[in-house]
Amino acid sequence: MTDSLTSAPPRPVWVVDRWSETRALEEAEDRAVSQPAAEGAVAIETRSLNVYYGDVHAIKDVSLKFYRHEITALIGPSGCGKSTYLRSLNRMNDTIPTARTTGQILLDGVDVGRPDVDVWALRKRVGMVWQRPNPFNKSIYENVAFAPRFHGVRKKKDLDEIVERSLRAAALWDEVKDRLHESALGLSGGQQQRLVIARALAVEPEILLLDEPASSLDPVSTAKIEELLFELKKRYTIIIVTHNMQQAARISDRTAFFLNGELIEYADTKTIFTRPSRKETEDYVSGRFG
Amino acid sequence: MTAKIVDRVMTAVFYLIAALLVVLLVGLLGYILARGLPKLSWTFLTSPPQSLSAGSGIGPQLFNSIYMLFLTMLFTVPIGVGGGIYLAEYARPGRLTDTIRAAIEVLSSLPSIVVGLFGLIVFVYYTGWGYTLMGGALALMLFNLPLMVRTSEEAIRAVPHEQREASLALGVSRWRTITDVVLPSALPGIVTGAILTAGRAFGEAAALIFTAGMSTPRLDFHDWNPLSPTSPFNPFRPGETLAVNIWKVNSEGLIPDAKEVSAGASAVLVIAVLLFNLMARFLARVFYRRMTAAKL
Ligand SMILES: Nc1ncnc2c1ncn2[C@@H]1O[C@H](COP(=O)(O)OP(=O)(O)OP(=O)(O)O)[C@@H](O)[C@H]1O
Ligand SMILES: [Mg+2]
Repeated sequence: MTDSLTSAPPRPVWVVDRWSETRALEEAEDRAVSQPAAEGAVAIETRSLNVYYGDVHAIKDVSLKFYRHEITALIGPSGCGKSTYLRSLNRMNDTIPTARTTGQILLDGVDVGRPDVDVWALRKRVGMVWQRPNPFNKSIYENVAFAPRFHGVRKKKDLDEIVERSLRAAALWDEVKDRLHESALGLSGGQQQRLVIARALAVEPEILLLDEPASSLDPVSTAKIEELLFELKKRYTIIIVTHNMQQAARISDRTAFFLNGELIEYADTKTIFTRPSRKETEDYVSGRFG
Repeated sequence: MTAKIVDRVMTAVFYLIAALLVVLLVGLLGYILARGLPKLSWTFLTSPPQSLSAGSGIGPQLFNSIYMLFLTMLFTVPIGVGGGIYLAEYARPGRLTDTIRAAIEVLSSLPSIVVGLFGLIVFVYYTGWGYTLMGGALALMLFNLPLMVRTSEEAIRAVPHEQREASLALGVSRWRTITDVVLPSALPGIVTGAILTAGRAFGEAAALIFTAGMSTPRLDFHDWNPLSPTSPFNPFRPGETLAVNIWKVNSEGLIPDAKEVSAGASAVLVIAVLLFNLMARFLARVFYRRMTAAKL
């Protein structure tokens, strides 16, 4: 299992090439291939990002950089816009009719927030996991194989391999290998959440967005997910929303604190939790409000 | 104390209503089957009707009913599910959507005799087809589409939003999300709609009298060419269904055994609807399991 995780991410050979539609993106891909990510390279970044739901200004002018192979935690009180911000990174807010976004979202330096960018290709590169596990109403195998098949993998052998690799990477393979063709809805909550992670990994994303992925799980499942994220950060860039301060402190490299749609402070996790520079941050991480 | 009494009384009332419904259903079915079953035989089911003498069969009508059902479902299900997909997934709230909904409501409240007269003008005269199974099937479609659209829309809406999000977030297109994630989950509801629709199509008479006619030409059951005028599979030939036949035998039939024939035909009609129902549910379960791996 560690094998598949420690080796450098292989270029997915089966990727359907939709990039040709956008020249700029194509160039970015070339750059990404020719220059392996240096330590501390920015994976995704927002510049002056604003999100509105009708008249509600949910995200206010947020500029943030996320670094490759790191876990970044987004924290803040309920309703401060963490989910909204996270969902703007893979443009899931596009699916909400009232939502409107301004500003830039740079993936490998290329603005993917522009309306002419192929959102399908973007979402393939930026995977997502939700608070409540939402496996498809399909078999375990199909849950994982569905998206790769859509993106062009046809051969059964290749799909089998993707399914096994993804389930192993999500630390679920041993528990389900004998019941791959049973319904995913029969799994426990913790298993379902790992299946959702496997499903996201199956399309070989570069970035994983996780919105409170462990908050509906028991402590044992939570520990498994955290351990898993630690493994996954070797290959992926992870951005996680959490309400659990201990969790943020345990697993993240950097932490961003949001309040009322604004980014208040962004620094090393250690700094945020030991000597934050803003009063609001200190109050929040010490549990004085929120 | 009073709340408790009201509670008890209402519980009793609801039980009574439920019992009444069951009694009604059992009574009706029992009456139809008790009168009709003794009449049933292989000859009755396969032989053609007589116009003057006793000994009519319902062979062609049974065939017409099933074939007409097939034809009308062929139009109703794809168009109905398509409308359901549009209303549930694509329609934005606004004037256009409101107008479409209002049109569906009106269509669903049209009396079937009016649909029949409309069919007479359009499918019989305007097209120049005369009385045809095709005209009948299209009239039935008009009359069943609203129900099919509405049940599909409801079934599609009932699929949790998270399922769509999960698929879209994997970079899967909206259309494939609908066909591969939403529709399989909505299938049981859609099938229920199709069964309701089929039941109405099977039992409908008024809309068909004016569109598919009240008689069947001599059919050659060995002729499978759908273009040949004597082929039973020719959709552009006239043909009366069981329900129409029951009406005809009773209202203007000259045969001496009209009562027995219509009793037998009624029993066949009821049994056919039940069989169709069971079969559709069975098929749906097989498909559903194949697409979702779920045990229903
Ligand atoms: N679909 C929507 N339509 C309108 N307003 C919304 C929508 N989703 C979120 N909002 C509003 O945007 C703001 C930010 O919500 P968001 O869900 O991003 O907060 P959050 O930080 O994730 O909260 P929580 O910790 O409770 O999950 C809130 O005021 C919320 O009411
Ligand atoms: Mg949230």
